[in-house]
Amino acid sequence: MTNTLVQLAYLAAAVLFILGLRMLSSPRSAPRGNQIAAVGMAIAVVATLLESEVVDYRWIALGAVLGAGAGVVAAMRIAMTAMPQMVALLNGLGGAASALVAGADLIANVVDRGVTPTGIVPTAIVLSVLIGSITLTGSLIAFAKLQEVMTTAPITYPGQQIVNALIGIGVVTLGVMIALDPTQLALFWALMAISLLLGVLLVIPIGGADMPVVISLLNSYSGLAACATGFVLDNSALVVSGALVGASGIILTKIMCDAMNRSLTNVLFGAFGAAPEAGSAGADGQPQGNVKAYTPEDAAVIFSNARSVIIVPGYGMAVAQAQHAVRELMDTLVEKGVEVNFAIHPVAGRMPGHMNVLLAEADVPYDNLVEMDDINPQFPETDVALVLGANDVVNPSARTEKGSPIYGMPILDVDRAQHVFVIKRSMNPGFAGIQNPLFFNENTMMIFGDAKKVVIAIGEAVRKY
Amino acid sequence: MLEVEAVAALTILILAFFVGFEVISKVPPLLHTPLMSGSNAISGISIVGAILAAGSEHGLVATLLGVVATAFAMFNVVGGFLVTDRMLGMFKQKDRK
Repeated sequence: MTNTLVQLAYLAAAVLFILGLRMLSSPRSAPRGNQIAAVGMAIAVVATLLESEVVDYRWIALGAVLGAGAGVVAAMRIAMTAMPQMVALLNGLGGAASALVAGADLIANVVDRGVTPTGIVPTAIVLSVLIGSITLTGSLIAFAKLQEVMTTAPITYPGQQIVNALIGIGVVTLGVMIALDPTQLALFWALMAISLLLGVLLVIPIGGADMPVVISLLNSYSGLAACATGFVLDNSALVVSGALVGASGIILTKIMCDAMNRSLTNVLFGAFGAAPEAGSAGADGQPQGNVKAYTPEDAAVIFSNARSVIIVPGYGMAVAQAQHAVRELMDTLVEKGVEVNFAIHPVAGRMPGHMNVLLAEADVPYDNLVEMDDINPQFPETDVALVLGANDVVNPSARTEKGSPIYGMPILDVDRAQHVFVIKRSMNPGFAGIQNPLFFNENTMMIFGDAKKVVIAIGEAVRKY
Repeated sequence: MLEVEAVAALTILILAFFVGFEVISKVPPLLHTPLMSGSNAISGISIVGAILAAGSEHGLVATLLGVVATAFAMFNVVGGFLVTDRMLGMFKQKDRK
């Protein structure tokens, strides 16, 4: 295949990627959009395989079979509750692949062809290796936190900022040295090693509840790494695709930060200064009244007499795997003529859109999944709001208490509903470590227990009522 | 100064960013998880560079890096598109019987 034909194939692939992403604007056209993007990828791969430079297919086959096999198994077996882990893994491997390609190109040029990269290429190699390596280890740490194989609490230690600053200086120094003389391969390996370390150190101080931001940001990094590799190879397919993914990750990161009313800097580096304040956080966390504990049978009386119910799911629903039980409760209520909708906060769960996927898996029609801004005006006319494993996103302090760490964060106005049921395992405060005045409100009723068991019990009680 | 090829690539990069921002900002929050997995499949485009690195009879080190990159990128492409397809298949509208 001639070079021109290959380039045209890449152009076709880029066009199909853009068309595919555009079709993600509606759930109806989205499956076709994803397939169109996949066709674009197939075109790019086939064109590359036919390129004259490619002479030995054995190594390619080995890598492709291993990667594709693992990909199929992971994609088919992953539970919807574990989707954040899957995306973290995809982010990491995408970044790693881009960094490795840049490295392979450098080594092939310097060692095999005796060519010294010039112009923008050495800088692009540095950026690709740096971003790609950070994406890999950062994503692996995010994966470990999401899977809870390591602590989800921020890991901080004295002098953390100094250590990171020193490593940052090391990265810049190595980067400049490589850009000046890319033939020193030892520098390349050193940069890769230090970048891998930096990825670990940057993500360990970020807490579990901030993972939606971290995953979105690493998503954009994986795109930017592909972009940089595109400059290394002078390959427009990589540049365009990388830019699309980079833009996507940046938009999602912004949405997540806005939904928490925090700056990106605060999310990424907030834990560094927070350690001494941890003690004082308990002071404003005093309970402001009595909590009323109720049983599922009590709830059934109120649910059965309601006309409208809004269910507010949070990460606790995912942890308890309660989405199918919730759907059954919804069916029971709908049969009794109750209108049921779901209120989805942008940062509910551990990644953007997490709750939507879980509820879609449980066959909740997407017409019933309502975004925050659309559903907030409905709460005052709603008979019952059921809060299920959500906490900070329904905390009214965000509206009123200027001193609160979550002040200014947009929340779901569940406290304005006629009755509020909160299903919670205990009175432990949420991730932000602050008490939730919602739990002490006149119209709030707490039901303590495992989200799934309580929801099933409410459903049974409503049916018997 | 940058060479002409680099400026051309930079032009493509910046225009693609604009297209990306326009297109992605129209994706509803409902589909943000499939967007992430699907865009990850697209960033598996580095498979193209990985194939070139693994199959061009370079030395052992470059080839091995290429093989690992091929495996990683292939995981992204195959796993990413498949899991996105699986998720999108779950989004259903209300029965309008």
